[in-house]
Amino acid sequence: MNVNQPTPMASPYGQPQPGYGQPGYAPLDGGYPAPYAPYNGPASAYQPGAPPQGYSPFTSFPSKAVAANPVSDLSSPLDLGPARGPPVSGAPPVSAPQPYNQYSHSRGDMQNGPPLMTQAPPRPAVPQSYNQGAVNLSGGHPSYSQHYGPPPSMQQVTNQMTGMQITSGPPTPAGPGYAPPHSSQPPASTAYSAAPPPSYTQAPPPASSAPTQPPPPSGPAASQQYYGGPPPPSQQPFNSSLPPTSQQQFTSSAPPPPASQQTFPPASQQTFPPASQQTFPPASQQTFPPSSYSGPVPPPSQAPAPPVSQPQQPFPPAQPPFSSAPPPVSQPAFVSGPPPPAQGSFPPRAPPPSSQPGSFPPPTSISSGQYPGPMPPHQQPPPSQPPPYLSGPPPSGVQMPPTSMAQSNHLPPGPQGPPGPPGPLQQPQSQPGMQGGYPPQQNGAFGQVRGPQPGYAGPYPGQPNYGAPAPAPAPAPPAQKRLDPDAIPSPIQVIEDDKAKSNEPFTTGVRGQAPPLVTTNFQVKDQGNASPRFIRCTAYNMPCTADMAKQSQVPLAAVIKPLATLPPDESPPYLVDHGESGPIRCNRCKAYMCPYMQFIEGGRRFQCGFCSCVTEVPPHYFQHLDHTGKRVDCYDRPELSLGSYEFLATVDYCKNNKLPQPPAFIFLIDVSYNAVKSGMVNIVCQELKTLLDYLPRENPEMDSVVRVGFVTYNKVLHFYNVKSSLAQPQMLVVSDVSDMFVPLLDGFLVNVNESRLVIESLLDQIPEMFADTRETETVFGPVIQAGLEALKAADCAGKLFVFHTSLPIAEAPGKLKNREDKKLIGTDKEKSLFQPQVGFYNTLAKECVAQGCCVDLFLFPNQYVDVATLGVVPVSTGGSVYKYTYFQAQADKERFLNDLRRDVQKLVGFDAVMRVRTSTGIRATDFFGSFFMSNTTDVELAGLDCDKAITVEFKHDDKLSEETGALMQCAVLYTSCSGQRRLRVHNMAVNCCSQLADLYRNCETDTIINFFSKYAFRGVLSNPTKAVRDTLVNQCAQILACYRKNCASPSSAGQLILPECMKLLPVYLNCVLKSDVLLPGADVSLDDRAYLRQLISCMDVSESHVFFYPRLLPLTKLESGSLPMAVRDSEERLSKGGVYLLETGLHLFLWVGANVQQELLLNIFGTPSFSQIEPSMTNLPVLDNPFSQRLREIIDSFRAQRSRYMKLMVVKQEDRTELIFRHFLVEDKSASGGASYVDFLCHMHKEIRQLLS
Amino acid sequence: MATYQEFIQQNEDRDGVRFSWNLWPSSRLEATRLVVPVSCLFTPLKERPDLPPVQYEPVLCSRANCKAVLNPLCQVDFRAKIWACNFCFQRNPFPPSYAGISEVNQPAELMPQFSTIEYIVQRGPPTPLIFLYVVDTCLEEEDLQALKESLQMSLSLLPPNALVGLITFGRMVQVHELSCEGIAKSYVFRGTKDLSAKQIQEMLGLTKPAASGQQGRPPAPQDAAASCRFLQPVHRVDMNLTDLLGELQRDPWPVPQGKRPLRSTGVALSVAVGLLEGTFPNTGARVMLFIGGPPTQGPGMVVGDELKTPIRSWHDIQKDNARHLKKATKYYEAMANRSAVNGHSIDIYACALDQTGLLEMKCLSNLTGGHIVMGDSFNTSLFKQTFQRVFSKDYNGDFRMAFGSVMEVKTSRELKVCGAIGPCVSLNSKGSCVSENEMGVGGTSQWKVCSLNPSTTLGMYFEVVNQHNAPVPQGGRGVIQFVTQYQHSNTQRRIRVSTIARNWADAQSQIQHIESSFDQEAAAVLMARLGVFRAESEEGPDVLRWLDRQLIRLFMFHLRRSPFLQVFNNSPDESSYYRHHFVRQDLTQSLIMVQPILYSYSFYGPPEPVLLDSSSILPDRILLMDTFFQLVIYHGETIAQWRKAGYQEMAEYENFKQLLQAPLDDAQEILQTRFPMPRYVDTEHGGSQARFLLSKVNPSQTHNNLYAWGQETGAPILTDDVSLQVFMDHLKKLAVSSSA
Repeated sequence: MNVNQPTPMASPYGQPQPGYGQPGYAPLDGGYPAPYAPYNGPASAYQPGAPPQGYSPFTSFPSKAVAANPVSDLSSPLDLGPARGPPVSGAPPVSAPQPYNQYSHSRGDMQNGPPLMTQAPPRPAVPQSYNQGAVNLSGGHPSYSQHYGPPPSMQQVTNQMTGMQITSGPPTPAGPGYAPPHSSQPPASTAYSAAPPPSYTQAPPPASSAPTQPPPPSGPAASQQYYGGPPPPSQQPFNSSLPPTSQQQFTSSAPPPPASQQTFPPASQQTFPPASQQTFPPASQQTFPPSSYSGPVPPPSQAPAPPVSQPQQPFPPAQPPFSSAPPPVSQPAFVSGPPPPAQGSFPPRAPPPSSQPGSFPPPTSISSGQYPGPMPPHQQPPPSQPPPYLSGPPPSGVQMPPTSMAQSNHLPPGPQGPPGPPGPLQQPQSQPGMQGGYPPQQNGAFGQVRGPQPGYAGPYPGQPNYGAPAPAPAPAPPAQKRLDPDAIPSPIQVIEDDKAKSNEPFTTGVRGQAPPLVTTNFQVKDQGNASPRFIRCTAYNMPCTADMAKQSQVPLAAVIKPLATLPPDESPPYLVDHGESGPIRCNRCKAYMCPYMQFIEGGRRFQCGFCSCVTEVPPHYFQHLDHTGKRVDCYDRPELSLGSYEFLATVDYCKNNKLPQPPAFIFLIDVSYNAVKSGMVNIVCQELKTLLDYLPRENPEMDSVVRVGFVTYNKVLHFYNVKSSLAQPQMLVVSDVSDMFVPLLDGFLVNVNESRLVIESLLDQIPEMFADTRETETVFGPVIQAGLEALKAADCAGKLFVFHTSLPIAEAPGKLKNREDKKLIGTDKEKSLFQPQVGFYNTLAKECVAQGCCVDLFLFPNQYVDVATLGVVPVSTGGSVYKYTYFQAQADKERFLNDLRRDVQKLVGFDAVMRVRTSTGIRATDFFGSFFMSNTTDVELAGLDCDKAITVEFKHDDKLSEETGALMQCAVLYTSCSGQRRLRVHNMAVNCCSQLADLYRNCETDTIINFFSKYAFRGVLSNPTKAVRDTLVNQCAQILACYRKNCASPSSAGQLILPECMKLLPVYLNCVLKSDVLLPGADVSLDDRAYLRQLISCMDVSESHVFFYPRLLPLTKLESGSLPMAVRDSEERLSKGGVYLLETGLHLFLWVGANVQQELLLNIFGTPSFSQIEPSMTNLPVLDNPFSQRLREIIDSFRAQRSRYMKLMVVKQEDRTELIFRHFLVEDKSASGGASYVDFLCHMHKEIRQLLS
Repeated sequence: MATYQEFIQQNEDRDGVRFSWNLWPSSRLEATRLVVPVSCLFTPLKERPDLPPVQYEPVLCSRANCKAVLNPLCQVDFRAKIWACNFCFQRNPFPPSYAGISEVNQPAELMPQFSTIEYIVQRGPPTPLIFLYVVDTCLEEEDLQALKESLQMSLSLLPPNALVGLITFGRMVQVHELSCEGIAKSYVFRGTKDLSAKQIQEMLGLTKPAASGQQGRPPAPQDAAASCRFLQPVHRVDMNLTDLLGELQRDPWPVPQGKRPLRSTGVALSVAVGLLEGTFPNTGARVMLFIGGPPTQGPGMVVGDELKTPIRSWHDIQKDNARHLKKATKYYEAMANRSAVNGHSIDIYACALDQTGLLEMKCLSNLTGGHIVMGDSFNTSLFKQTFQRVFSKDYNGDFRMAFGSVMEVKTSRELKVCGAIGPCVSLNSKGSCVSENEMGVGGTSQWKVCSLNPSTTLGMYFEVVNQHNAPVPQGGRGVIQFVTQYQHSNTQRRIRVSTIARNWADAQSQIQHIESSFDQEAAAVLMARLGVFRAESEEGPDVLRWLDRQLIRLFMFHLRRSPFLQVFNNSPDESSYYRHHFVRQDLTQSLIMVQPILYSYSFYGPPEPVLLDSSSILPDRILLMDTFFQLVIYHGETIAQWRKAGYQEMAEYENFKQLLQAPLDDAQEILQTRFPMPRYVDTEHGGSQARFLLSKVNPSQTHNNLYAWGQETGAPILTDDVSLQVFMDHLKKLAVSSSA
């Protein structure tokens, strides 16, 4: 096992990409047999899907997905059952694996396709066994039961897992744990190699086969994907160490494992099947696992019981099964792990990950469960619940849910088991996952990947985490009545899985490698491609042809954040100076020198990687080549070895061929009645006095060269002369707002240090001067014009900070009228509400861009201000809009000031032009974000700060080659805040594939959602909102249907099969559809919608992710150094006795349950009484206890992560404000009519089925 | 009976009038034949230290279209307490307050020596004087500094309750708010945009909120405060304004090479006018414009900012090459009219070496009674003292200025008024005494003179309408009454009434009488005014031809050569400047302008006036020439040599020193009193500045008339102009031939 695993691991890792490519496939065939086996396993595992039948529990699932799943499952499982049966018994490992592999290779699904066939049988088997759960399914289960036999190996794994969990305990282990998991799985060899498919189909063989089978490879691969690097190592260790450590456990558990496995299988199977089925239904693959589990049917006996009660029942049964059945289940899980391998080199990886995830989840759950398990090793069987979990996992796609499911299931176990609490659930899951879970994963390879990971993480390290969540799950069980929420893919699981496997730096040198998720902390090493912090792609494997792309409907896009801030441990892009002649570029396409340029003829020329044109190397740049054809100085030059770097631009790159002047900041402050009364004017003026010392600079040692100017306004504008030679500032009033101009030049824009006294005097006097103002009318257009004219007069670029309060109704250009009309919502005219009211601002924006005048708008409205119109200029100039509705100095000061500070201080570039060049075959066709375009290629940004992202969509205009992949180079020409003209270049290469499966295996759902949201939010400008929503749903349905049709193993149409990488697509998409922009509630103002619409348009992936799927942390226990594991955004996850922190990137809520413990209240609020909590507080009291300290630390760290300060809102359960809070529980039905996750998943499934039929 | 000379002098001293004819031909036909119309120079505010104003209101004729003021020429029935209007013959009862009237108890206005009388009327609250400085900041540092000092100094000359305001301009126009503390606040207008008065008032926040459609705001308190923001009593903002002026900087906008600074004079004036219009309509106010160059942008621009295109010359104007001329003139005219309607006068103080656009802007002052002062730099005593003299005070300690006056003319039936020439605008009041024949500003019997000083003199032209066949009864007299209402500088409203009567004479039978009653000087000036008025509105050569046809008099030679009619050798600005002053100065000054005075100083006797002829230029003389605008002291060749040799320093040549000093003292005397202060030139034979003298004298000897060469008398003038001799010869010939 170890050996095998290691090697595979190594290879996969080493050659991840290559391996993934095609080579991987080949290898897979040879070395992956195991993987295949795993796949089979998964298949079998999925069969559990079938098992559902058997699973009584499943029944519940079915209820949710039932319609589809059950039936389909039944049919397919049955068929499959037979098929698999053979493999299992036969050379299942080998032969079966192979086929699986193929399938898996093809892509989880694709591969599965074939495997499915084989798997199918398993499923039937499972189903049969599972019949309990899903009677129909059980049909297939029987065979699975056999598979389960194999599971035993899984059991070992599980044992290991359990052991691991126990020993390793929580998170930290996670890393290793994960590895271990893999390894463990592998160890399980049973698990991995065999574990997965083999184990399932060939349950018995698994063990043997597992070892023999290199499943490990798959494992490794998986690990790679998931864990990135770590896993492998860990795996290795695992193998070796595992044996030892895990062995300990294993040993201890090992023995039991077998037994347990046997028992487990059943349990897991049972549970799994159901879960899987249910969940699977969604992800048919997953369902498979279940089926496979069902296969394990043996458990059936146990399963039966479990199925019904799934969670709880499972437990009990699980326990029994555990001994025997559970293991199988776990195996399946492993199998699932293996499946990845099956996916082919790539798929394998993906799958592995998925599988791993799947497995992981199980592990995690296991961990928790394990506790229980450990307690009663046999009890683990309860994991039978795991099965449910597994089932969860099985859904690979759904795996996440499985985990959660597991959790829910676990809960029961939790109670039972010692780990009882959180752990239990997960543990169970994990265990199941491990066993059954994996299989599911395998099936769901796609989805599983993630699931497993989480699982793994959980088991090892994660377990603890899971443990925590566990409690939450408790509520879940009830859900089972319909589709068990725990059975459907869980974002949390996916996130945790990814975290767990990402503990080594992410190196960018390998083409086509998907980076860790945005929710994961990881370090990046630039080895030739841009860091994911700069560029994230929707797909790291682009289809070779336009047809494929069209068929898949997967958007090909990149989210580029050119000036992203890097963490302190990563060095910012190097600055390269190519001398007077400027950066070396391709003669034809003008691409900048980059690692993709091929030097030829001894280094005298280079061939462009984008257009293939050959260009002479200028003499001063000449360098000899080494024997590999690389320039000798390759590693001395950032532009030849790195993905991101900067060139110093020459005068040719400057406006008017003149080196730029240092930029200027102009503060334009509304001093109308409302502004003064709300305290805004006072706050701004006070703050500016100190803030001016923190103007952006590149060298912290030096003073900023940015000059500043001040304007106040109401119906007229007041400019200030703050020349250093004056004793007092001078105010210049310009009332001629119809034709704006700047009344002074000298003395308006000044150096802060030179004019400090005058400026301070001014800032002191402004609030006084307008303290008694009665002017309520304001202008807006002229305000921006004024800033623009000032910059023009000074001949520099810069940024305007406009602090504005009301609808500009005073007579002036850009005057607006109140057009707020909620009656238009839902009509065809709704789009007009998002469009600017007058064309004036578009023209103005254009002028601003031409001058490099970026506008940041701070709004303090008390009523409708028409953000859609006011925001036009900020949005077109790369600026930001901040909105503080009903601003009150006391309550909102902190948020505003923090935003302002950050906005003023953040690094920003001016007068920028971004150009995305691509290699032949694709072309950047569309751009989304805060910018202006005057032609089709150049993205013009008056200002570009470190928080702005631009989403670029690519389309084919020719065929791409798998060999060369697709290259893109994003070059941003900008003026730095020190006034230097620079070019920032980001290079990115992705793979190209001729198999759809590859595409699906290398997608990033978060990025896709980022693209979809921007696409949709732009769509509302020209289409009815409903049409936009429908388009989104359709496209996603097509994506998933295409996957199902072309990549997934054939299965009943009733099963929902989700690609591993996209298993969260439905939940996230639902969040987009439910957003205030697309589906406003009655209390959402038009301004809010327009504001959000504009806000999202320039968000990067991590912001959009948390915006659409808020982070919800239970705060019952806090540990330093790590965050509690998040729970899913559903009311069901909230415990009346708990306190939760919810973060959306814009808001921060502290939800306090009605039955919260006094001690907790004392720790947090310093009051023992729930009723004494002051809901209006925006900051927690500073209390001297570790809990309070840690909590505030967490809140601070959250705030630090986001570009906008989040005001804390304390929400007491059943308080009026809870409505607002609930709005962010995005998995639930929303008040505005948005579907719950479960409902939407069903809806999605229906859509997909329609497309397929 | 006194001589006509004395009679004329007496009349001038008492009523401030000088008529061309002191006996009037009794019929239209005869009057026409006299060529020089019945006309007069009238100085409404002639200083009369012996004339205490009366503290009551005048008694008016009750006929609605007459309203003549009771005067000494009226027939009064003391018993019936009735008086007969001597214009319309309406019989009016005296008002109740005159109940005690009797032959021995007559009110002042009935006494013959009070043919001119001043009433103080108590109507409405007294309104303070308003001074609005409009300052060009596109100046050289030195000039600006001098100007700032002058302005600061002027604050101390203003009465404490006078309102002051400050507008500065360059590329932009800034209206400074004077009431604020702490931050100095100003409203800025773009220099290129023509704004309506309403817009300006809105932008300055002077309109009542109701105008902008806002409800619910209390308009009243804000209004008063608003108008006060820019115009504050001197005593309140003295310090502030002094500081503000002290901090005035040159226009900060960079002036690229080869360009003129951008100077928004047009908009600045428009803002000033708009501001006053909105805040103090019909209140006496002076807008004082200080410019150091021509308007170069926006409405009213006179020349572009490219230095390579020079400002228009007469040559350009004749060739129709002055692009901006018409537009700018029209712009300033419109503004002058607006300003005049509101009773605000505009002064222009233009100090620059080149032209500043006075040609286009002259109407600002001409129509509103403002001053024009032209100098080379603000840093010269010419400007500094002239400016100081604007604020000179009379024996009562009041400013020698009056505001917002309305002058009305009433005539007896035989006469009608044709028009007025002077710093006035028509009020378009068509009465029965208005002639259809316009001369000068006609078609009205009322004129507005926004600003008056004691020397402001208008030329009034009349027409005898009495038909030949309806002879005036024997002993009948024609009567003219001038009623001038004005705001005294001490904020009182006053009415000055001058009633003048002259005898009718039948031209056929009394032609000698009429001839002897001719006032040559007055007629000369009056005709010159007509000429200038025509020159302003018509083409130059035509005017000369007209003049030649109309007149055969000595002074006309000089008039023809004067800058008032000749534009040769003068820039358009200078011409405008000279004409401006010509049409407002009193007779004496006007004569000096037409025919400069030349005094000769020598060892041979006391100073004596000599002919303005080249023959007067002798080596052993010192000449003092006063042209009104220039004061030239010319040292003859020998004197100059002596002076150079320093004889005056030697005790034994004390007399020489005294000789040198004599013209200086005389010059000083003139400099002390004249407004504007003349350009003072001290030169000598062969000095470059001697041209001022040489250009004025009659070129009786030139390089052309050889016979004069070598003689010891006078100096030859290098000119192609004809000499008086030639002119006269020519004139005689013409006169004979034309009569034939």
